[in-house]
Amino acid sequence: MDFLVILADAGRGALGPVAAIYALAAIGLNIHFGYTGLLNFGQVAFMLVGAYGVAVTVAVFGGPLWLGVIVGLVAAVVLAFLLGIPTLRLRADYLAIATIAAGEVLRLVFNSGVARPVTGGVFGLQQFAGAFYAVNPIPSGNYGFGRLTFSQRDLWVMLVGWGAVALATLGVFLLVRSPWGRVLRAVRDDEDAARSLGKNVYGYKMQSLVLGGILGALGGMLLAVDAQAVAPNTFNPVVTFYLYALLILGGAGTVLGPVLGSVLFWFLLLFIDSALRQAIGAGYIPDEVISPADVGAVRFALVGLGLMLLLIFRPAGILGDVEEMRLEAGAGATPRRRRRGRKARPAAGKRTDERVGG
Amino acid sequence: MARRLVTLLFLVLAAMAAVSGLAAAQDGEAVEGTLRGPDGEPVAGVTITVEQDGQEIGTTTSGADGTWLVPVPAPGGYDVTLDAATLPDGVALRDADGATLPAVTVRPGQQRTVLFPLVAPGAADDGAAPGPAPPPADTGPGIGALLAQLTVSGIKYGAIIAIAAIGLSLIFGATGLINFAHGELVTIGAVTAFFLNAAAFGPGMGLIPAALIAIVVGAIVGGALELGLWKPLRIRGTGRIQLFIISIGLSLFLRHIILVIFGSRPRPYADYVIQQVMIFGPVAITPRDLVITVLSLVVLVAVGLMLLRTRVGKAIRAVADDRDLAEASGVDVSRVILYVWVLGGALAALGGILFGLSEIVAWDMGFRLLLLMFAAVILGGLGSPFGAMAGGLLVGLVAQLSTAYFPVELQNAWALGVLILVLLVRPQGIFGRAERVG
Repeated sequence: MDFLVILADAGRGALGPVAAIYALAAIGLNIHFGYTGLLNFGQVAFMLVGAYGVAVTVAVFGGPLWLGVIVGLVAAVVLAFLLGIPTLRLRADYLAIATIAAGEVLRLVFNSGVARPVTGGVFGLQQFAGAFYAVNPIPSGNYGFGRLTFSQRDLWVMLVGWGAVALATLGVFLLVRSPWGRVLRAVRDDEDAARSLGKNVYGYKMQSLVLGGILGALGGMLLAVDAQAVAPNTFNPVVTFYLYALLILGGAGTVLGPVLGSVLFWFLLLFIDSALRQAIGAGYIPDEVISPADVGAVRFALVGLGLMLLLIFRPAGILGDVEEMRLEAGAGATPRRRRRGRKARPAAGKRTDERVGG
Repeated sequence: MARRLVTLLFLVLAAMAAVSGLAAAQDGEAVEGTLRGPDGEPVAGVTITVEQDGQEIGTTTSGADGTWLVPVPAPGGYDVTLDAATLPDGVALRDADGATLPAVTVRPGQQRTVLFPLVAPGAADDGAAPGPAPPPADTGPGIGALLAQLTVSGIKYGAIIAIAAIGLSLIFGATGLINFAHGELVTIGAVTAFFLNAAAFGPGMGLIPAALIAIVVGAIVGGALELGLWKPLRIRGTGRIQLFIISIGLSLFLRHIILVIFGSRPRPYADYVIQQVMIFGPVAITPRDLVITVLSLVVLVAVGLMLLRTRVGKAIRAVADDRDLAEASGVDVSRVILYVWVLGGALAALGGILFGLSEIVAWDMGFRLLLLMFAAVILGGLGSPFGAMAGGLLVGLVAQLSTAYFPVELQNAWALGVLILVLLVRPQGIFGRAERVG
């Protein structure tokens, strides 16, 4: 077993384009779930429309890349309205099922033979991001140290990706400290209290959905550009589950949570992947227990297990504040007795008052 | 002559049972078959090509045992061509124009078996001898007959969804948990029955005893999850959203454990695979599908009667309706919740076995059914078991009937579309109480 190879694989995962893509989409999800309490399980649908906005505009209609980006963003806004108008008035869990269903409908439609002239059907679209790589300012070669190296192509995607992540993080930092952000958190903590103060809860939720959706679409665009290809089956519901896993790992409702979560998530995922493969290759794990073909499945099972343990033992994640993020949004069906018990705690009550008043 | 051809076609049909050694695509859709000559011997080295809209999807050569399999990327219509030039001497296509089977429909998750009837060269084109009907083609005679056929398969599909969804709805009603891992209970049932029935190293028991054991296993898994995971979490006072995301983690975990154990290749049960189609007026149905449909409906009625007439059933409905009130009336709520999980696990396992029997057993079959089960539960009104039954049937019918007018690969999209539509106009569901859900 070569420990350096494992570390290099894990490091490549933590810093590489994929981590930046997931960080960007998770920042969007953080606005929905972490700050507004919207259980959006269709974030992958925003990534899909962003990716296809770019791909279809360039590959099918021959438009320039910048136009594709605009088309993708407009598509994300339209999708947010389509999703939000029927579902934002519903209880949180209805929203979850409706959004995941909408994401699946989009994937199935983009996958179908009917849509093939525009979306390329199951085969998707390829080679539409030439313009992006044409402006790569980084001289050719490999960069890095030791075994941890990136090609100039990866480095360019990473530069743009992490740059976007930094800007989005800064934006979220400023937004959540603004009066607007305080109302968002009030909606999350107690929707009725915010409504009774005269806030248009529905409107704030919609703005949050649009804003987070745009960030999701940007993540999708980056994914499309990085792979130079899009195919509908990339955008299956499991992507959204990963986003939730890494967001909660980092800390939902914190500014840096999604970024830290994404880096750590991909580091751990590729660390496990590489370590398992090495252990099997070196014969530490016999083939009958886990064959190399099963490594992918094993690491997904571990993601699931990790998500469960995280929510049971530390639902606030690494950066989160346990009091701040109690994942109680829309607690309509929680037995009354227990809710009253919570509210009676002096610390919690005081904090809620402060936030709503502010 | 006719008798010989019937025997011959029967042998070709036996291909459905053959297990091919090729790996399938991740989602499992594939076109497959086994080539057997007039003497029943496998025919090897024949090239078969699968195309869609003139674009080649894949090509393969039949193996030494005559089997061939071409994974296809998605459900839809495919043209399957047998290259007659690669047929060995002494074997010819019965129907010389039948080298290409146009528009073979592959449904989601299906491994579509395609038949190329082969005969000795002299016997070719003996059109006078009608063989048994090939698997019902989608280009049926009239639209009425097609709709009748699709209604029957919609009822079957819908009843299976309904059986699996009852538990989901009752669990929500009793505990407020949206159980994302319910699909895995479905898969566990189907896979357990598979290992008892058809796995190479399994005991190879008949499907019916295997199914009964699998249902018991499903009930035990359901009960164990309640006692080992959900009950302790409820006692801790874990929030509802938190529980919801924990169930997603559980679903990911169980699904991929099943993937490691079962493998990614979808496989059928060993029994009741090869069957002669029975014709009832416009509807052609195999005895297997008829039994599945009738059995599902009987189970639905039985569960309904149990909920309406027995003491336990009344207690379950009382808890699902208003937990605090039931508790105040002297119902032992935590015991009833355990019953609900056991019942839900058993029904989900049964639904999985029936789905595996009517389609195929796959590691992600439960997850693919899950959204349709959610659709059923929400259509009927969250927490109402009778709503889940009606919603399941509606979802099944919408999915199947949509294929009369729209592409087959969109059948589940229509069912989910109906879900979104219902949320828009009547969010409490068709049978749900009109209460505030927002």
